[in-house]
Amino acid sequence: MAIAIFLLFVVLVLAVSFYFARKTQSAGNYFAAGGKIHWSVNGIAFAGDYLSAASFLGICGMIATVGYDGFLYSIGYLAGWIVALFLVAEPMKRMGKYTFTDALDMKYNSKGIKLAAALSTLIVSICYLIPQMVGAGVLVEPLLNLPHYVGVIMVGAIVITIMATAGMTSTTYVQFLKGGLLIIFSTVLVVAVLVRGLSTSPDQGGEVPFHEYQTVELADLPGAAVATTIEAAGHEFVKVARDGDSSWWMQTESGALQEIQWETKTADGRDLVNGKPAMQGENELRQVSHLVQIAGVKGSGARSKNLSPFKFLSLLGDKDTVVQRWKSAKVMDGSDNVTLYYPVLTAGNKIMRPGIKFKVQGSPMERLDFISLMLALFCGTAALPHILIRYYTVPSPASARKSTIVAIAAIGFFYILTLFMGLGAMTNATINPVTNNMSAPLLARSFGTFLFAIISAIAFATVLGTVSGLIVAASGAVAHDLMDRFAGLNMTEKGKVRAGKIAAFGVGIIAIILGILFRGMNVSFLVGWAFAVAASANLPAIIMILFWGKTTKQGITASICVGIVAAIGLFLISPSMYPKYGLPAEAAPFPLMNPGIVSIPLSFITLVVVSLLTQKKTAA
Amino acid sequence: MLHEPSAQAGKDNAADYKMRLGVKMFIFYTLFYVGFAAINVISPVLMEKPIVFGMNLACTYGFALIIVALIMALVYNHMCTKQEGILNTDESQEVDSHPSKEDK
Repeated sequence: MAIAIFLLFVVLVLAVSFYFARKTQSAGNYFAAGGKIHWSVNGIAFAGDYLSAASFLGICGMIATVGYDGFLYSIGYLAGWIVALFLVAEPMKRMGKYTFTDALDMKYNSKGIKLAAALSTLIVSICYLIPQMVGAGVLVEPLLNLPHYVGVIMVGAIVITIMATAGMTSTTYVQFLKGGLLIIFSTVLVVAVLVRGLSTSPDQGGEVPFHEYQTVELADLPGAAVATTIEAAGHEFVKVARDGDSSWWMQTESGALQEIQWETKTADGRDLVNGKPAMQGENELRQVSHLVQIAGVKGSGARSKNLSPFKFLSLLGDKDTVVQRWKSAKVMDGSDNVTLYYPVLTAGNKIMRPGIKFKVQGSPMERLDFISLMLALFCGTAALPHILIRYYTVPSPASARKSTIVAIAAIGFFYILTLFMGLGAMTNATINPVTNNMSAPLLARSFGTFLFAIISAIAFATVLGTVSGLIVAASGAVAHDLMDRFAGLNMTEKGKVRAGKIAAFGVGIIAIILGILFRGMNVSFLVGWAFAVAASANLPAIIMILFWGKTTKQGITASICVGIVAAIGLFLISPSMYPKYGLPAEAAPFPLMNPGIVSIPLSFITLVVVSLLTQKKTAA
Repeated sequence: MLHEPSAQAGKDNAADYKMRLGVKMFIFYTLFYVGFAAINVISPVLMEKPIVFGMNLACTYGFALIIVALIMALVYNHMCTKQEGILNTDESQEVDSHPSKEDK
């Protein structure tokens, strides 16, 4: 059934594309849907564009593992729409034609602005594409039992087909369908979570027996002996040999052994899960995370059903509620690579406020990092090229405004749902300990195959829709901004559409390759970066051109270039990236995870300084 | 090729009003958002305090940021639409949809 529903969605998406293909003959239709989309449809399509894999998979996954810290992304992403509505929506619609480069360049007709803005569009779009493609692979693995790369290629092939046929019109209607369905079925999932309530022994509606992790003394295990002891992530892990087998345990403060899970990659290439050969459906890591205590009530029988949303949150936020979360640590056992997955207990009041991921009680630098993230999220939305181009699909500035309001309503409601979906996964033992990206679909599976299939298919359509929007933005940058405007090729309408389709094909291929290469990377990780790049490169130019009369073309070009270089450069030398180079995070020259707090003001300052320095030239 | 909007719009006499209103509402919301970030870094423990229906301040403030955004958006739209009706006379009314020649 899951496969049938999934295929039905894909066929539906393609049918919509082919239907609208007949209407796509001009560049105006291909890049901006002819500017004829109704504001209400465009508003939901905005939601479809915006609620990407990062929102549905990434945020829910992050809330599932670190609680309220994940919800900060929801708040920041939504708040960014205020910038879009109050400052950007109507002027962008008035000034632009197909791309946001048009809007920036309207007054100046500058080659520098065209090149810088087009490159910025390409870079931000590609940063945003990678996690979407990775998300596609993550979804396909459990749904269709296909390898990750197959999922990535499937998305790429379908999106290229869409882009080669209908462009922005089909993308808009695909986004409309997907955005609407995502919100409807996420609501169904949240209602199901509230009806099921909270339990200290979640058994997924009786489908999956609850596994209670044991704490034992070594003496309680006949014939057992400690083979190895390793310290990792501040904990002591013990390898116990018994009857020819071996198992890993975590040593508690009292010296007892806490049951954990582990994966081993042996030197001869075998994959083991909990000491036995890994086998899909037969021997996999158990899904994890559940409540140990609910508002002071302990024991396997503690349970609260049919909760209101407020009661659900207040019980979870109680200081006497305890959650068993899971972490991981990588260790070397001789020549074997071992990943240990171990439980930690966290009080509910700590789960339900910032602090687990973002160290708001930490050092001044850690607090600054939190502010930097909140700034990038706030400023990033109104600077995302694939969001900005949607302002050109409606007929008037007033329609741009109204569609933004519909988007705020739809996206805001969905983001409230993310908190319940994430916490639902956290309390129902539906988190894959290897990756939290699948938490929301796995939560849906705990309510039956139908909901799982629908939610997964919508999530897949989410990726499809967002990738389509990003590729339209990127192909517009190549065909319209670079080839037609910057290079001055003066293409015909048909030529521009052909160039856009070829560019879409090229960007689609690049997206497939990057999606395969970046397998395993958290989908929220690169999206946060894309926001910082967009906010640094594009927002200062957009805001200053609207509100500061002394802005010059040189100022805009310099600001975009500095914004891109600063955001990417600082990110590459940040503690986020250093471990990926095999270097300790502490050695990173730039101490913040998120570059926004430096790169955004730097871009603004550059624009002001260069504009002031080039006033005379402009006047002359 | 010159830059032109994808759909032609006539003169909008309410544009200045809308811009001023937008800036004021943006500043108000930004301060509200800054307040949230400030409490988190200055006194994060305050976020644990139950406020409404047993929900803590973190949840209450987080939801408020989302709901207030929507309320302000609706108020903004109402005021803008009203001013457009007053200031845009028949001669200078915003033109809704005139597809460019190339789209025909």
